[in-house]
Amino acid sequence: MLKGNGICIHPGITCGRIFVPDTASCAPACTPWDPAAEKAQLQQALQAAKAQLSQLIEETTASLGENNARIFDMQLLMLEDASFLSHIDAQIDNGKSAAEAAKEAADGFAAQFAALDDDYMKARCADIQDLSQRLVRILCRARAQAFPDEPFIVAARDLTPSDTVRMPRERILAIVTHSGSITSHAAILARSLGIPALAGCDLPFDRLQGREMLVDCESGSCWVDPDEATKARILSKRQPEKETQPELLIYKDRPAVTKSGRRIGVYANIAFPEEARTALLHGAEGIGLMRSEFLYLGREDAPTEDELFCAYRTVAECMQGRCVIIRTLDAGADKALPYLGLEKEENPALGLRGVRICLANHALFRTQLRAIYRASCYGNLWMMFPLISSVWEVQQVRSLCRQVRQELMHEGIACRDIPLGIMVETPAAALISDALARHADFFSVGTNDLTQYTLAADRQNAALGRYADAHHPAVFRLLAMVAENAHRAHIPVGLCGTLSSDFSVTQQLLQMGFDELSTVPEHILPLKKIICESEVPYEGIPVCDPR
Amino acid sequence: MKEFQYVIHDELGLHARPAGLLVRLACGFVCDIRISVCGRSANAKQILSVMLLCAKQGQELTIVCSGPDEEQAAHEILTLFSSEKL
Repeated sequence: MLKGNGICIHPGITCGRIFVPDTASCAPACTPWDPAAEKAQLQQALQAAKAQLSQLIEETTASLGENNARIFDMQLLMLEDASFLSHIDAQIDNGKSAAEAAKEAADGFAAQFAALDDDYMKARCADIQDLSQRLVRILCRARAQAFPDEPFIVAARDLTPSDTVRMPRERILAIVTHSGSITSHAAILARSLGIPALAGCDLPFDRLQGREMLVDCESGSCWVDPDEATKARILSKRQPEKETQPELLIYKDRPAVTKSGRRIGVYANIAFPEEARTALLHGAEGIGLMRSEFLYLGREDAPTEDELFCAYRTVAECMQGRCVIIRTLDAGADKALPYLGLEKEENPALGLRGVRICLANHALFRTQLRAIYRASCYGNLWMMFPLISSVWEVQQVRSLCRQVRQELMHEGIACRDIPLGIMVETPAAALISDALARHADFFSVGTNDLTQYTLAADRQNAALGRYADAHHPAVFRLLAMVAENAHRAHIPVGLCGTLSSDFSVTQQLLQMGFDELSTVPEHILPLKKIICESEVPYEGIPVCDPR
Repeated sequence: MKEFQYVIHDELGLHARPAGLLVRLACGFVCDIRISVCGRSANAKQILSVMLLCAKQGQELTIVCSGPDEEQAAHEILTLFSSEKL
């Protein structure tokens, strides 16, 4: 029996078989080094890749038509490209394994494409990388992620958001990782799906595949190959299927109004369109944060306008006229999108992320904006932009939005003029919130990033727990400043970070004047109860009807 | 040796689809087929070198076929470009 300790990301007790997802890494050359053997392996891999691609083309032609299938043609032809193959051979002769050689040859060509002064050609890097990864996977015999049919516990040193979205969510019993802290995106996902999760566990992950694990997130412990006594002791703590307490249910269809008569919007944060229904069941009065990145992660190319439109329309319709705030793509940092072909960054949290990626990649952004505007007729959509730190960024996105709307109207496609707000999640945005308020229709404060950037404490680093303190007075002064500046400009201000489910500070947030709090669906009822029971002597400038 | 010029009309330039069709067609001929634009030249039987030409709308391609089936190759490549509205 092997015991591990971690931080509770989402509570729960469970027991099941461990599944360790594959991470495709380059196998080193066999020893003793035998170039002939490596080249023979390469030939087999090329044949296998050809077969996979031909099948993919067939499937894509059937489902999406011949034109869409053509995008794999380039990869198929690369497998026969003499210059590509001779580069791989040369690398093998230099002492590389077939997998390393294929990756390096592909990287070399990708770099040449990246250096071209043509956006279309630059984007071909993604095709080359895709093929290179396919070859590496085949050569390293990494199975194409076959998930167990039975429910399983995911255990991994590191779980990228792309890993997480590819998994069959309904079969995941628990998530146990080494990296990641309470605000990492894998954690947000676990919480939004209600999956018990532990982070910060130091376990020999490469030796866990298929073994039994007992997870007790309440105490932050897990056991590999637990003995019967431990199993019985821990599992007996498990509460019978938790039902919503009846005293909370009365708040479901009731608005959250404080005793002094102030109405507060209690909204839900969601990541997947299908969660909108869960949000309603938990009494959400709107969606305060619809993350967009999960529509972009775990796939080989960017989602099409129609795919995005369908997702947004589903949420808009499901919420039946209630407000739905869509956050535009917030990729970068811990949410890498390989198909964008972005350079690896030394310091991704301070790099090309959030709205910066969208402003650097207009085509990607326009597709999303078009989808959101097209969906705007199906409900009450609002749109906000992540990681704003300057006024010019807001001006630029607003002008893009205007262009996209005009474009759609020219095409005869109906769309509404929707409110455009910003996420306040950098200290810069908080400090100039008075100026930003003149260019935004609303604010929504992202406390996770605001905390990380204000305190210089990486939210991915589990060891920094105490330093990444969202209750730090510096963070609270910024929050108060943002709320005040919003109200001076008569725009509503909401809060959608983890702090909104921290009931120990709810009173303080209400006093600051926040008009809306957005949280995971399970916390909505208790939050409504706290608001209804509170008397908030809010003396600030009253805002005109928030929503 | 058979040579002809072709000005690209397609706004994406010599993009993946026509480039792929060109390479596939070229590979079916015995003759050597070079394609050049703005002083850069590529083997028309290799997709990566054809794409790396980064040939854009309005630029003039020169296709040179030399070998036993050069007549036929030049003819079919020109037909392909026209039918693809490259």
